[in-house]
Amino acid sequence: MALLSKKDTNLLLDPLSDNNPITIQVLGICSALAITAELKASIVMAISVLFVMGMGNVVISLMRNIIPSKIRIIVQLVVVATLVIIVDQVLKAFAYELSKTLSVFVGLIITNCIIMGRFEAFALANGTWRSFLDGIGNAAGYGVILVIIGFFRELLGSGTLLGYKVLGDPIAKTGLYSIGYENNGFMLLSPMALIVVGLIIWVQRSRNKALIEEN
Amino acid sequence: MLEHIELFFKSIFIDNMVFATFLGMCSYLAVSKRVATAVGLGAAVIFVLAVTVPLNWLLDQYLLRDGALAWLGPEYADYNLGFLSFILFIATIATMVQLVEIVVEKFSPALYNSLGIFLPLIAVNCAILGGSLFMQSRDIQTLGLAFNYGLSSGIGWFLAILAIAAIREKIRYSNVPAPLRGLGITFIITGLMAIGFMSFGGMLTGGDEAAQEEVPTTVQKENEDKISEEAKENTVSYNNAIKNKN
Repeated sequence: MALLSKKDTNLLLDPLSDNNPITIQVLGICSALAITAELKASIVMAISVLFVMGMGNVVISLMRNIIPSKIRIIVQLVVVATLVIIVDQVLKAFAYELSKTLSVFVGLIITNCIIMGRFEAFALANGTWRSFLDGIGNAAGYGVILVIIGFFRELLGSGTLLGYKVLGDPIAKTGLYSIGYENNGFMLLSPMALIVVGLIIWVQRSRNKALIEEN
Repeated sequence: MLEHIELFFKSIFIDNMVFATFLGMCSYLAVSKRVATAVGLGAAVIFVLAVTVPLNWLLDQYLLRDGALAWLGPEYADYNLGFLSFILFIATIATMVQLVEIVVEKFSPALYNSLGIFLPLIAVNCAILGGSLFMQSRDIQTLGLAFNYGLSSGIGWFLAILAIAAIREKIRYSNVPAPLRGLGITFIITGLMAIGFMSFGGMLTGGDEAAQEEVPTTVQKENEDKISEEAKENTVSYNNAIKNKN
């Protein structure tokens, strides 16, 4: 028997494209956009969310039968907050500069709607292994969008990727800059993150007509 | 007084929750299809922010920050419970939202019916937790200023959702390319509005120098503005301002 049944594979892969948390379900945009000016920050954010979502979904699905439904939101928040504190402390210990860049947005993973949304919609009603897959899949779908935005914003905005000058040196005028290319500083400003997401949605929905909304 | 006015306008226009820091985007996108519902949610956000930010300020000041426990006695002066702030802030917010819901239901059923469905949503609105976390990281000095910050950030969020809801009601009659309809065009409009709001950034830079020297927080924010003029990402500039201060 394969490690994953077909149903489980769908759980893992659907959120990557056709049921993407950001572009289709409209969840988790809050903390996604502000930190995508650099690729590195986007990757770290994606990994943090992956950890929190995977673990959180497991914990919630283990406790799903003993949580009284009236106070479930508080219970969920406490579980997420605990996991986020772990992530925050680890970042502070091993990547201090980066945790300064992410600032309050690590804390805002707590209120990231993807996490609460998946808890409500999936982990409260499904077994542990499937919840884990669902969490990982959704976090990966979120991470993919984050990395795409981070890639374009850093490449076009500062001409670097992960800090390496891939387009040449803007001051010494090497590489692309020798033929008059200029960085588009506009890409580093926060509004451009929104417009890049808009364009991603445009591309995705042009390819898959079924996703087009009425209005 | 001057610092109150400055913080008020700064939180509404320059550091607008939606356009500068993208907080509360989920409900901003989900609930902005009609103006009437947008107004309801906006009012609830203003209310909850104005209550939770000062509460969390008290928690931060007397429980969480480095040396905050000194009032218990000198042997407690070394404690720094800062790592607990996420869990305490979110617990305060969730409790307050629940409490507000009960009180409103009891005393004003009409208001409850118009706000009711939005109140539970608000506990997980990033704008609320974001307000408290920014209050902490920007080192707001007094309880009054914390209240002011919560209130004015809420008003800023309210204005943003009101504007986008009005635009979305009108855009129904426009011929938007099919793949962009709905979510896509809303993102792009929000981006354009955010660019518009950036022009408010120059509003506080030419202020009265002498008055700003009296208030350390304003000076810090001045640095912040200068950095953001160098076309840096907003979040990065907050951190730089904090680093400069240290």
